[in-house]
Amino acid sequence: MSKQDTKSDHGHHHGSATHALLPSDPALRVKAIETILLDKGLVDPAALDALIDTFQNKVGPKNGAAAVAKAWTDPDFKARLLEDASAALASLGFSGMQGENMVAVENTPDVHNMVVCTLCSCYPWPVLGLPPTWYKSNAYRSRVVIEPRAALEEFGVTLPEETEIRVWDSTAEIRYLVIPMQPEGTEGKSEAELADFVPRDAMIGCAL
Amino acid sequence: MNGVHDMGGMQGYGAIPIEADEPVWHSDWESKTWALRIAMGAHGKWNIDMGRHANERLGPAQYLNFSYYERWITSLADLLVEADLVSLAEIEAGHAAPGSEKNPSPPGADQLMKARTSGRQSRRDLEAAPKFSVGDAVRTNTNSPRGHTRLPAYARGRVGEIIIHHGAHVFPDSSAHGGGDAPQHLYAVRIAANELWGVNGSAKDSVILDLSESYLDHA
Repeated sequence: MSKQDTKSDHGHHHGSATHALLPSDPALRVKAIETILLDKGLVDPAALDALIDTFQNKVGPKNGAAAVAKAWTDPDFKARLLEDASAALASLGFSGMQGENMVAVENTPDVHNMVVCTLCSCYPWPVLGLPPTWYKSNAYRSRVVIEPRAALEEFGVTLPEETEIRVWDSTAEIRYLVIPMQPEGTEGKSEAELADFVPRDAMIGCAL
Repeated sequence: MNGVHDMGGMQGYGAIPIEADEPVWHSDWESKTWALRIAMGAHGKWNIDMGRHANERLGPAQYLNFSYYERWITSLADLLVEADLVSLAEIEAGHAAPGSEKNPSPPGADQLMKARTSGRQSRRDLEAAPKFSVGDAVRTNTNSPRGHTRLPAYARGRVGEIIIHHGAHVFPDSSAHGGGDAPQHLYAVRIAANELWGVNGSAKDSVILDLSESYLDHA
């Protein structure tokens, strides 16, 4: 997966005999496009920085974890989340681009839900931020619909044979959030404490 | 289109590249690519379906060899030229044509932040009643449109059950090609894994896809 490994940025290996001063091909292409767009006044550099800062620092899986923790502790909220996830999540301030139409699906002892986008990389940005590389990878996109159990094994998850697996392929503008089961031993914890028990991958259905 | 982007059920792509504590982006050019796509999208010259189809139109070998954001920056160049925002000569030169006019007011941070928080709703009002109800058995069609479609190849010609009616939404097959919203009812259709994969799928497991009404017939 050398081509999928994008850690080839330049400038981090001073002193190495083999380092290259020339930036990587994609870095050069991006610089060229950016230069043209700046020359022509089509992009505002401050706006690019604001976008990047928002998704680097403000929007991410902490949002989804807060919603799941609330669902675990507040049955009314959980009912609203399952009935109309867009409205329930918006009430927490989680809405907008790539989360306009949300559906929440609940894992139970009998049913395990997983989310994929086989055609591109659809992902619920307002609650999970931008997708990890594995979610966008050819391997995950191709395999999870045909061999969900084998895919789960690579995340260290083995489900009982009798568990039913539902894989949601985000083929339209609906975005899915998995509500994982509350881990045993966390009963009685507060909503704020429980948010630490909701890993990102659990909200995609790739962790428990 | 029957392209390599339509990956569901393909085999041979190897292990899932899971990276512990992965950063949001691995380099500045990745974050810049993402931000340029969002910022240029705000000019309103193309919609989300056109943007997706631009990725699909990369050559198959190129698509598979590119990393995710390489696909994005490459297809952005296509979108810019097709929208007449940038000329091919400028792309080749790497800078604006000498003497070209400078737009005084690109989309600013406020506009883009507002676009992010308000989103872009794909739901539409539609007078026509939905053709299907929850619980109906449906069969997906076997069409192979040359353009953009959101019915993956692996799910064509299969029988499933309507489990959610999502209301009416923009029809991507139309909107990706400038044909307008052409809204249709949209349904979550549950297809059993053994219907999709024969003996290699379990009767108990399933895949659920969000499918536009014209992809479906009563089974």
